[in-house]
Amino acid sequence: MNNNDIIRPENLVYKKPSLLNDAHMHYCPGCSHGVVHKLVAEVIEEMGMAEKAIGVSPVGCAVFAYNYIDIDWLEAAHGRATAMATATKRLMPDKLVFTYQGDGDFAAIGTCESIHSCNRGENIAIIFINNAIYGMTGGQMAPTTLLGQKTATCPYGRRPDLNGYPLSITPLLAQLDGTCYVTRQSVHKPASVRKAKAAIRKAFENSMQGKGTSVVEIVSTCNTGWKLSPEKANQWMEENMFAKYPLGDLKDVESKG
Amino acid sequence: MAKVRGAVTVNTERCKGCNLCVVACPSKVLDLQQKEVNNRGYHFAYMAQPDNCIGCQSCSLVCPDACIEVYRVIEK
Amino acid sequence: MNDKVTLMKGNEALAMAAIRYGADGYFGYPITPQSEVLEKLEEEMPWETTGMVVLQAESEVAAINMVYAGASCGKAVMTSTSSPGFSLMQEGMSYMAASEVPALVINVMRGGPGLGTIHPSQADYFQACKGGGHGDYRMIVLAPASVQEMADFVGLGWDLAFKYRCVSMILADGLIGQMMEKVVLPEQRPRRTQEEVEKQCPWAVTGRTGMRPKNIITSLELDDDIMEANNLRFQATYRLIEANEVRCETVDTDGCDYLIVAFGSMARIAMKTMELAAQEGIKIGLLRPITLWPFPSKEVAQAAAGVKGILVPELSAGQMIEDVKLAVDCKVPVKHFGRMGGNVPTPEEVLEALKKELINA
Repeated sequence: MNNNDIIRPENLVYKKPSLLNDAHMHYCPGCSHGVVHKLVAEVIEEMGMAEKAIGVSPVGCAVFAYNYIDIDWLEAAHGRATAMATATKRLMPDKLVFTYQGDGDFAAIGTCESIHSCNRGENIAIIFINNAIYGMTGGQMAPTTLLGQKTATCPYGRRPDLNGYPLSITPLLAQLDGTCYVTRQSVHKPASVRKAKAAIRKAFENSMQGKGTSVVEIVSTCNTGWKLSPEKANQWMEENMFAKYPLGDLKDVESKG
Repeated sequence: MAKVRGAVTVNTERCKGCNLCVVACPSKVLDLQQKEVNNRGYHFAYMAQPDNCIGCQSCSLVCPDACIEVYRVIEK
Repeated sequence: MNDKVTLMKGNEALAMAAIRYGADGYFGYPITPQSEVLEKLEEEMPWETTGMVVLQAESEVAAINMVYAGASCGKAVMTSTSSPGFSLMQEGMSYMAASEVPALVINVMRGGPGLGTIHPSQADYFQACKGGGHGDYRMIVLAPASVQEMADFVGLGWDLAFKYRCVSMILADGLIGQMMEKVVLPEQRPRRTQEEVEKQCPWAVTGRTGMRPKNIITSLELDDDIMEANNLRFQATYRLIEANEVRCETVDTDGCDYLIVAFGSMARIAMKTMELAAQEGIKIGLLRPITLWPFPSKEVAQAAAGVKGILVPELSAGQMIEDVKLAVDCKVPVKHFGRMGGNVPTPEEVLEALKKELINA
């Protein structure tokens, strides 16, 4: 049996989700954003929610998410995505409303909106990409930048006396009564991609079932910002990021019964 | 005994040559083109050892640009 | 006696008029002197009757972005605030202008700068009319001078916002907001159904109903030529608004010797000044701009023809006076009189100022 016998429509087991269009994504080679975009598109497609989904894109590398996933989108001002999602969901409760935000957007400039949207228990899903750096503006320090990590604005490594400590925001959100599901995932290995997809699906389903706010943090790489190859960036993430941002569910109201 | 056979196609123009699929493949099927590049100048991925493919989708799962389609058959 | 006449505060009239208009949502944050808008809405519980969403946001920043989202969804949404809160909203104003979405924003002005005072002021004229946020944009600015106009301009503001896909603003002050007057509220209109919203606003973000092509509301455009084209389109809309939507009221301007140009509360006070002046044989006319942007420049120039001078009393250091001077092209003496810090002048003070600045000058 040669390749031509295998590559037949009836044998297809994986293809690009059709909601992820053919536009060339502007992300750097190996960027985690691409994987998460793909998962978001797959989940919406599999839930049959393409007509109901509304995404809110951030300011940051994912600002152009709306160019790649073929659903309706709002492009928020920096940090205000959850405020926009709040109003959108309240005005149209039958829609699937989610935000897609980076660490600067969600955990620095947008912290107030992030916390209060979660605390109100808005029936939205939040996809939070934590790669510990500002990618779009060229690799500056993020709220989640690790101690000792070098960035353009802490070129000798983050120091607590100068720059403060890395902010682990999802455990804070897990404490709030309004959140129903808070989880940390990654997309660096096939198994982790599968788990991340299940988490996104769960978050989206929670929002449609009116259970409250779901937060899916994806601990991610920014190989360009970190000045590493994609492969080395994954290794660095495993060795450094996971200690500060351990993977797993932080809160799942459902599982507690 | 049934044998699982797989194959992938790579959208070579979409591929950015990040190498993550090459690393993720448990059967060492994939590699990046050493000399050939696509229109954007990337050394794209291809099946260097097609006979080893088991259609496990590891490559397609980790691919940030969704350029890999996976096919699988069970040979009897 | 019309049994529909009720007595209420200007701020309460804003809230009631919004419900009656069939508004879809209000998002706001308490700030004196306009907190009665949110209080009244929460008291009325319109979500139980019309389905209108009312939400106390965590800040003015969040509130304006909630409005931005609601407007982007084609909904009739609003916020209200007072001066410091409106400063916080400027980013959102700019984004809404850039995204060409219709919204209603109300500023019940208080004295600034800074935290300033909770008492009335008109010192946010520049911020409202010249653009407080970044970039070249305008919004329609309506200046009510009575509780009735507070109620009427809610519907007018939304109608204009949807007509031109722009932001309408009601620029009131603490006096109009807190003042109780009789008012006739508009009849209750039903809220538009989702189908009607999508028909009226095919550009709105609603989900891809029937898998129509996707709608994106964004203010971002990195292609310089497209962004310039966007700006030219905004400007064309603004020219259209300038041509069609100027509103003002004139009182006794025919054959007057002196003209007062004043808006909002200050125009009410000027009406009394005119009476006092008439007793002394001084003929004063009043031009009250109702739209501060677009400014009634032609109307001011017309009313100014033949007058000996113009007084522009404002609850500020003099802001609208610049537009009056431009309107008359410096052909007539234009003088400012103002009180600041939350102080409101008496009609006598205004008359004294007119005598000092124009008659005895």
